[in-house]
Amino acid sequence: MAKYILKRVLRSFVTMLLIIIVVFLLLRMMPIEGYFENYDKLSQTQIDVRLTQLGLKDPLYKQLWNFLKQIFSGDLGVSNVFRKDVSINTIVAEKIPISLQLGLISLAIALALGLPLGAMMARSSRTRWKLWDKFGTVFIVLIQAVPAAAYHILIQFAGSQSSLKLPMLFSQGNLRSYILPIFSLAIGNIAYYAMWLRRYMVDESNKDYIRLARAKGLPGRSISRRHMFRNAMVPLIQYIPNSILFTLMGSLYVESLYSIPGMGGLLVTVIKRQDNTMVQALVLIYAAISILGLLFGDILMAILDPRISFTKKEGSR
Amino acid sequence: MDSDIILSVRDLDIKFTLRGQTLHAIRGASLDVYKGESLAIVGESGSGKSVFVKSFMGLLDANGSITGGEILYNGEDLTRYRTEKDWLKIRGREIAMVLQDPMTSLNPLKTIGKQIEEAVRLHQGLRGSEARRAVLEALADVGIDQPERRYRQYPHEFSGGMRQRVVIAIAIACRPKILICDEPTTALDVTIQAQILELIKQMQKKYHLTTIYITHDLGVVANVADRIAVMYAGGIVEIGTCKEVFYEPLHPYTWALLSSLPQLGVKGQPLFSIRGTPPNLFHEVRGDAFAPRNPQALKIDFLQTPPFFEVSPTHKARTWLLDPRAPKVENPILARVRERRE
Repeated sequence: MAKYILKRVLRSFVTMLLIIIVVFLLLRMMPIEGYFENYDKLSQTQIDVRLTQLGLKDPLYKQLWNFLKQIFSGDLGVSNVFRKDVSINTIVAEKIPISLQLGLISLAIALALGLPLGAMMARSSRTRWKLWDKFGTVFIVLIQAVPAAAYHILIQFAGSQSSLKLPMLFSQGNLRSYILPIFSLAIGNIAYYAMWLRRYMVDESNKDYIRLARAKGLPGRSISRRHMFRNAMVPLIQYIPNSILFTLMGSLYVESLYSIPGMGGLLVTVIKRQDNTMVQALVLIYAAISILGLLFGDILMAILDPRISFTKKEGSR
Repeated sequence: MDSDIILSVRDLDIKFTLRGQTLHAIRGASLDVYKGESLAIVGESGSGKSVFVKSFMGLLDANGSITGGEILYNGEDLTRYRTEKDWLKIRGREIAMVLQDPMTSLNPLKTIGKQIEEAVRLHQGLRGSEARRAVLEALADVGIDQPERRYRQYPHEFSGGMRQRVVIAIAIACRPKILICDEPTTALDVTIQAQILELIKQMQKKYHLTTIYITHDLGVVANVADRIAVMYAGGIVEIGTCKEVFYEPLHPYTWALLSSLPQLGVKGQPLFSIRGTPPNLFHEVRGDAFAPRNPQALKIDFLQTPPFFEVSPTHKARTWLLDPRAPKVENPILARVRERRE
């Protein structure tokens, strides 16, 4: 197990290194306007002076080396356009906690509601009327089929116009204003987790070992919990670290709808404003999150599924 | 053989609903199982043998139901059982099962020990270290070496034959009265088959079990069974002791089945095979279900379902050939055997 994890960590590190290099090289191909706030008004000499200051006149290998040194010391660089001369670390550190807070709460709610819904649907799919299954399917299809924008607006509208009079816009510190955004963020994930858990549990329920468990006299409830649910969670658990990490980046749509000052939409903004260093830093954060998510997912899966071991044991076939 | 009847099935009817159509899977099957015996139910794929025994444990799929007849066990009619709670009195505790494919019948994510322990906790009421000891005993009982080590291992670390031993250990750990073996050796290597059959026999003796084998392998039957029930198109067509069915088969279907044995083939001649296909059970079957495939069928075979004719206290068959009015039709198996002797 330790050997497997070490191997996966090393491989992730190499992947990350390659991504850093590729992103760095791609950004060198961007127009140099992205390093200036007021490019049009500057003279050629002013431009040259600034570029030299930034180290962009150095040979490429030296630039890359400096960049790697900077990244691995934990410094993402300085914004040039978005908020001139402010460290990107500072900008991100202001925004991430907001997205993370809302994201984690909504994810917890999504798991707490989605998984029981999925399990209930799977159980009900074997009964005569399949009531829960039908109800759940309607909900899932609705959420999957209706564009997210439509139901987010509906939630915002319904929540603020109802007798609850919930605030339409987010304001930090006002807990009541958290409710609608969290609900908006969670609802898609509830459907997602319910759908996949139901599907995996139904898959499991048709397997022979479930028949044997029934034949040995285990009550249906124990079979659901101890055999079906646990086995169905293995393919799902792989995606949970990813979901957790991606809450860092916020949701573009929900955050702009409720005007939440989080990470969502930041990448789009800095691309539009051509802030080269910010683009570079955010792309790297995205990449790092994806890689870490996959890594943790694989490790979790290896812990849960004894069949993944990658080291040959004697006596097995 | 003890003559106490432990399980008695009377005129059982089972129907399935498939895409709006009704499939009459079991058509009036009757069977008595005697305490301590080993009974084999033989028949081709789709003859309903698996469905038949599953109904003893309430394990029919959701779209199937018992529509007639009764299953008497311990003075209770199991066909009246509706709730899971009722069936939990039977499953494992009274009747346990060994499934066909050991590669899939164990949970891949639980250790062998935990899976046997579930049965031990449920049916022997043991907990903690006592339960653990019972599991280790069960493993040793079915011939698994180093039970201490094996206890902590997962199914993928076991070979097919070993897994089937574990499945048997689970069934035995339930301390049932009846053990149903649904094609227990079909998925195994030929060399392992004999070992597994031997193990089941040992377990039967040690724990005074009644065993019901389901199989289409007549070689297995000859090895283990005291009595044989031949099943065709959802009904039992002939039942008798092993000797009677093999040496004096009565029903034309049994003749055809035995004639298809490769061991009875004559060198240089193509093997015998039964013409046609079994009847479509979505439609009502009239008369003897085997008649359309039987070249010697009588007219009445197509019109009226034959009753059971008893030839000896242990041997009976459902064919009009045994009616005193029927013409003499030579039993081709006896003829073949005689030919070979000469």
